[in-house]
Amino acid sequence: MKLALILPLLIPLLTAVACILGGASRRAQRMLSILGAGALLAAGVWLLREVDAGGIQAVQLGNWPAPFGITLVADLFSAIMVAITGFVALCVGIFALANIDPARERFGFHPLYHFLLLGVCGAFLTGDLFNLFVWFEVMLMSSFVLLALGGERPQIEAAVKYLTLNFIASGLFLTALGILYGQFGTLNMADLAVKLRDQPAGVALSSAMLLFVAFGIKAGVFPLFFWLPASYHTPPVAVSAIFAGLLTKVGVYALIRVFTLIFTADPATTHTLIVAVSVLTMITGVLGAAAQYEIRRVLSFHIISQIGYMTLGLGLFTTAAIAAAIFYVVHHIIVKTNLFLIAGAIGHVRGTGELKRLGGLYHAYPWLALLFLIPAMSLGGIPPLSGFFAKFALVKAALDLPSYWPVVAALAVGLLTLFSMTKIWAEAFWKAEPEGETRGTRGGVPRLMLAPIVAMALLTVAIGFFPGTLLDLATRAAGQLMNPNLYIEAVLGRAG
Amino acid sequence: METTLAIVIGGLYAISFYLMLRRSMVKLIFGLMLFSQAVNLLIFTAAGLTRGQPPIIPDGANALPVPFADPLPQALILTAIVISFGMLAFTLALTRRAHSTLGTDDLDQLGKSERP
Repeated sequence: MKLALILPLLIPLLTAVACILGGASRRAQRMLSILGAGALLAAGVWLLREVDAGGIQAVQLGNWPAPFGITLVADLFSAIMVAITGFVALCVGIFALANIDPARERFGFHPLYHFLLLGVCGAFLTGDLFNLFVWFEVMLMSSFVLLALGGERPQIEAAVKYLTLNFIASGLFLTALGILYGQFGTLNMADLAVKLRDQPAGVALSSAMLLFVAFGIKAGVFPLFFWLPASYHTPPVAVSAIFAGLLTKVGVYALIRVFTLIFTADPATTHTLIVAVSVLTMITGVLGAAAQYEIRRVLSFHIISQIGYMTLGLGLFTTAAIAAAIFYVVHHIIVKTNLFLIAGAIGHVRGTGELKRLGGLYHAYPWLALLFLIPAMSLGGIPPLSGFFAKFALVKAALDLPSYWPVVAALAVGLLTLFSMTKIWAEAFWKAEPEGETRGTRGGVPRLMLAPIVAMALLTVAIGFFPGTLLDLATRAAGQLMNPNLYIEAVLGRAG
Repeated sequence: METTLAIVIGGLYAISFYLMLRRSMVKLIFGLMLFSQAVNLLIFTAAGLTRGQPPIIPDGANALPVPFADPLPQALILTAIVISFGMLAFTLALTRRAHSTLGTDDLDQLGKSERP
């Protein structure tokens, strides 16, 4: 039994259960929540080290040999995702202590938060498509409740939309699984990859497209993203930050997994479609953001446009491009979560996120302004921050192919992203505050809010100064993804 | 049998999507319910129908007599039923709350509070 693979699932589960048992005491729940998130980060880093040193790890649960039992697999990509999940979980967990009101805590915020993390980690580690579906549902169920928890009118409206579209995505996912099982008699990813290899190219196209739509809805790609900007700005900031950081990335992870391992027979059809969809996603997302005047709505549209960059890396389908996509995912999780947290800090001191009602923050909170600039410039792709190297790697991979149109789109969208960020900067930080605004605490930013923002900003700068370390790791992860035999051998114990 | 079921499944998908596209919240819930049933039937049918041949090794034999019914799709469907049951229970609670908060059954009224 390889403990490193089980721990990222065990820790959130036990934390969630412990939080429920400690339900009466708010203090105990808060301590347990932070402890659990910290332990998850440690487990994630340990898993990453194990996988980096020993290659792809696999565990057959209950000792049923693959493809009959449930398999947990961690290759470098999964391990990176689990580690970064732990980091974000800890940061947002700390922020939540200052952000979530006691009523929401009493109604189970902390257990739900850890069930959400359980679903996310499970989705990253499973080696079986049906199991992936189950983890998705664990994650979605918690996210539904987290989104609706509190029951404010905008939250309820958002939850209905979010729930309906995700319900449909799950149904399509399951439809694809039914067809795949009917055709090939297995849902183990490695086994499917082996069985599909000897088939003519078009035979699994219907399931591939169904999965593309299902994961696309979850990732928020064009034209399936409408639930995202309709819902992400309504719950408390800690909730929307963890959603923004992790949930769409689970969709991206699932897309990268199935389209590098299973559906690789006909890249001229599938991956070209992914490139086209990615470019449209980038453009629509960034144009949507330009029309918004509420910080979290602007940021929500930017999630969509950035998702386009990640799936573009998948669509180009070379080792360098997929490495760039992985780099981009890591960079984006950190930066986007941080921007949401900063929006939360602004909301705390000014009581609103409406750009028209904000102003003068640079004078009142110069440090917060600096902390905003780091992730904002990184998102726009200004060197020497993490976003620059993410975009650089992606553009270079596209030029090497050569594939020029996506490059034009990527660069133009980068410029427009910068425009949106300067819009927030000019409106919220630079211009004078409109008269008569007295909402918010007007006091200092609580330390519990500031600490995670600083930690994430420091990591952004660190990636910017030492991009080689992460890019090297991402390249090795992409190397594993582009050579599915390694994965198949680790799971099935024999060469495919 | 497969042909009949295929037509039934197709019909269920069509009906469920039609219901989901209506403006009424109640019809949306019915649509989601039928959708999950249609998916379960699809898994059941796509995996192949074998009647009267349970996957049990008879006394004295040491292998399954072919053909036998595949038990795995049934396990998958059972899991899917449990999950969709939980989801639908939550959907019902949420729509009830939405109905009492918004005071309407019309989905087009969603988000009205945010529009200028």
